[in-house]
Amino acid sequence: MSEGIRRRLRVNPVLCDGYGYCAEIVPEVISLDDWGFPIVSSGPIEGDDLLRLADRAVATCPRLALLLENVAPDTH
Amino acid sequence: MDVLKKSGLRGRGGAWFPTWRKWAAVADSSDGHAVVVINASEGEPLSAKDRTLISFRPHLVLDGAVLAAETLRADDIVLYLSRGTKDTELTLQRAVKERVRAGLAEPPIRIVRTAHRYIAGESSAVVNRASGGPSKPKFTLQRSAEKGVNDHPTLVQNAETLAHAAMIARYGAEWFRKLGTESSPGSTLMTLCGNVKHPGVYEVDLGARLGGVLEAAGGTVTPAGGALLGGYFGSWLPPNLLQDLPLDVDTLRSAHGASLGCGVLAVLPQGGCAVVEAARIFSYLAAENSGQCGPCVNGLGAIAETMERIAVSNAVPSDLDRVRRWVDMVRGRGACHHPDGAVGMLSSALTVFNDHLSVHVSRQRCYGANVAGFPPPPAPGQGWR
Repeated sequence: MSEGIRRRLRVNPVLCDGYGYCAEIVPEVISLDDWGFPIVSSGPIEGDDLLRLADRAVATCPRLALLLENVAPDTH
Repeated sequence: MDVLKKSGLRGRGGAWFPTWRKWAAVADSSDGHAVVVINASEGEPLSAKDRTLISFRPHLVLDGAVLAAETLRADDIVLYLSRGTKDTELTLQRAVKERVRAGLAEPPIRIVRTAHRYIAGESSAVVNRASGGPSKPKFTLQRSAEKGVNDHPTLVQNAETLAHAAMIARYGAEWFRKLGTESSPGSTLMTLCGNVKHPGVYEVDLGARLGGVLEAAGGTVTPAGGALLGGYFGSWLPPNLLQDLPLDVDTLRSAHGASLGCGVLAVLPQGGCAVVEAARIFSYLAAENSGQCGPCVNGLGAIAETMERIAVSNAVPSDLDRVRRWVDMVRGRGACHHPDGAVGMLSSALTVFNDHLSVHVSRQRCYGANVAGFPPPPAPGQGWR
């Protein structure tokens, strides 16, 4: 398949201190656990609007613990 | 490398990953300054296999490491040891000196010590420590095969695996395959403890069944009440499975969701309580987190606290529901697999001994709590260097 590059969010759990801003910015992709730490959905982010919000979540994180990464192309 | 691939050797540190693939990944990135780390830290409290192997055959382990260094074009060999294992260290120091005196043309072997802790043996923690940092796991986007110790491509390999590699180099892949199965060839070291007549380290054929392994240890003292296979990150097994269970890695995984892990088999005595043992082990693992990742620090702590109450029957059914929910919540959310291993062990206990759990959440007394079962977990370690 020759779609554009698919991206997903990932959290560096060592840096993350559970500020929780990310879950407010992209609740579609990030929820918080019982202790306020983010649970990030592992699938690729669908749509440009959501991708823009994901980008803002990355930029907003006070710990710089969030990153957008390319999803490895399907090998099968 | 070709022989290693044909031999089908898989890593004995716990993950059973094909060794040749691990070597190939390092070889691909090696620029002549790769690093080979002999992981002999053996942080698993119930395991004694690496220590035992080293006390009998230190040079076999070192031979394997040198062989890896030659194959991967490495110029740094690190011997990674836990502090407080004096005999092992002295044996290896003597062996290293003997090699230097014999004038062998091989890279220098340096010893790196770590605090004796459960996760100090985790691959990224090993790399961190061997690079001069603390033995805490690290969050990385690059694999250590590409960027490991001091940013060089690095092979982190369990001591026993290297010994097997040395034997394969000497006697060939076909010789190695005389024991074991198609997907799990060879023999492996297992540590047996708990309810067995002769606890200790045994070399077993991977083609064997668990009943045969128990027999080699003189059988059980009292009829088995179940067992924990694979150490503190392992899986609980019900008593009726023990006799016929194959050791083959793929069969264990597909049919029982279990793994040999680091080769520990801890057998529960008749009337012993797996819920109590699992809670005890879980508390140790929770205390042994490296204090880095929120989900692990908070999640394991909350689960441990609740499990401690469940173990002494001071709990209600909703406590159990919360534990199950938290188990799913923390899985896969650390920088390393510490939380995954801990909740994997616990959830197998909750599944296999589900029928018994009602006793623990209805304020009934569990008589198994007083049956001496496994060797108790050690006190959590101190420091990270």
